[in-house]
Amino acid sequence: MRPLQLGIPNQQVFSDTLLELAKRDRNILVVTSDSRGSGRLVAFGKQLPDQIVEIGIAEQNLVGVAAGLAAEGKCVFAVSPACFLTARGLEQIKNDVAYSDRPVKLVGISAGVSYGALGSTHHSLHDLAVLQAINNIDIVIPADNFETRAAVLAAISHPRPLYLRLGKKPMHHLHAPDADFTIGKASRVRRGDDVAFLATGETVEIAVQAADLLVERGVGAEVLSIHTLRPFDEPAVLEVARRVQAIVTVEEHSVYGGLGSRVATLLMQAGVTPSLRIVGIPDEYTYTGSQMEIFAHYGITPSGLATTAEALLEGKRMAA
Amino acid sequence: MQIAELEYKSIQYRRAILSSIAHAGAGHTGGSLSCTDILNVLYNHVMRVDPRNPAWSERDRYIHSKGHSVEALYVVLADKGFFPAEKLKTMNRGGSHWVGHPTRKVPGIEQNTGALGHGLSVAVGMALAARMDGRKHRVFTLLGDGELTEGSVWEASMSAAFYRLDNLVVIVDRNTLQITGRTEDVMALEPLEERFTAFGYAVRTVDGNDVAALVDIFAQTPFAPGKPSMIIARTTKGKGVSFIEDAAEWHHHVPTADELARALAELDQAELRWQERYATITTRHSESTGLF
Repeated sequence: MRPLQLGIPNQQVFSDTLLELAKRDRNILVVTSDSRGSGRLVAFGKQLPDQIVEIGIAEQNLVGVAAGLAAEGKCVFAVSPACFLTARGLEQIKNDVAYSDRPVKLVGISAGVSYGALGSTHHSLHDLAVLQAINNIDIVIPADNFETRAAVLAAISHPRPLYLRLGKKPMHHLHAPDADFTIGKASRVRRGDDVAFLATGETVEIAVQAADLLVERGVGAEVLSIHTLRPFDEPAVLEVARRVQAIVTVEEHSVYGGLGSRVATLLMQAGVTPSLRIVGIPDEYTYTGSQMEIFAHYGITPSGLATTAEALLEGKRMAA
Repeated sequence: MQIAELEYKSIQYRRAILSSIAHAGAGHTGGSLSCTDILNVLYNHVMRVDPRNPAWSERDRYIHSKGHSVEALYVVLADKGFFPAEKLKTMNRGGSHWVGHPTRKVPGIEQNTGALGHGLSVAVGMALAARMDGRKHRVFTLLGDGELTEGSVWEASMSAAFYRLDNLVVIVDRNTLQITGRTEDVMALEPLEERFTAFGYAVRTVDGNDVAALVDIFAQTPFAPGKPSMIIARTTKGKGVSFIEDAAEWHHHVPTADELARALAELDQAELRWQERYATITTRHSESTGLF
């Protein structure tokens, strides 16, 4: 396998793409909560000062104002660290955006454990759980630069409220530039018939590296980038679940209420039951360290995921 | 609309509010009656709206941030013709859009509210968009006084002043009561005028149950160029019915059949007094509005 090529942070792709689009369309606005630095929006603010609305550190007002701007037909990207946006601003997301059906694009930056050693105040391991429990908000978590750019392009005309979850570390390229990207359709990154990694966001590239390790050991490993949690691509997940022996879900989120829970719910209710392991951040006081150190602690590494997959396959064989 | 006509409407609106709450078996009686005159003056005298075209782009926007007092808003919107008055009889019934807090499913309602401390931020966004686009319409929002303890109100206030939104008019229904009791006993708000002034509003205080005073104060908005306008409307919770007035227990108490009859009888007396005061135009308005 050719090693993956390193790109740039998805947050940078987001801001570059948005600046390019906003230069051509005055209706595109960014609303931000003193978060231009982490949002990589300094250039946007300098080049398009009339299209950026600074709210200060006030996430409730950030979301409410964004809803009001969207009500008047503005194409609004509300950008704030995911940890604060989806906790401090949650009731505004629920009522002013989702319930009131305002197509605001909520952009949660430095999501998951991107902020690493800053500690749990700055982690968002709850956002997918709470947003999945709120009706009328689509959830997109791009894996690489390609998916991020495609998601921003799609978000512009997306008719419903949307949550875009982004991280801050440079990401490896997973897709060809001419790949397909549709909100609500899972993207296959690797094809294999023994085990499948269903991963989302910044963990997809780790799942791909795990799959490549498994192939070297003679195990066929599929990788789907579940870049959209809602609407959830049930047909794609069911198709792969019927084909493989074991599924490992991987996410930078609590093991409760995120991708793994969504997959388990679907498979149990459909009566499709391959061996399943949900890999994410467990229900404990989160380990301290950088994003990569936290990932390593919880087995979210190429070798860790490969070992998890092999153990699942071995268990399946023992049971058979 | 003339003052006499507005006063007449307030009496009829109070009848319909009480009747529809009694019919539904639920509602926020006290707060709906305290803001009746404010909504009356806004919809019949101040704001530009078109009930046949609720989405008319040049309409003035109104956000009912004190969403629990939705019955007053439903009655006024029905009277304006945004929807048939018959819909008031579906309030809180299974499958009805006329639920206990406003939603955009009801024609004429701009924003879903009910959780307190949300309306002002949305109004700021709307006013900002109007300013960006050079449009002339204005944005009005009504907050309860109990609502003012929500921190988001003060976040929104900072941004309204920072962006110099003089196309925004904020009204506080200052009836001094919330569900538990006096606002000043639950969590003191005073000195409210000074606090709002310090946050950058141009502030006026008015008798919020006096339609003539309300007409006069709205005519003065914006109070200062480059500042959002704040009207502290001093009202009486439960205004118009002696035994409901200024009583915290009527926050969401539903009138019994007997209480409704006594309340409507008091409003009959109010209408008689109105007729005596405006004898010359009585015939034009003595018919029922047919609201309920």
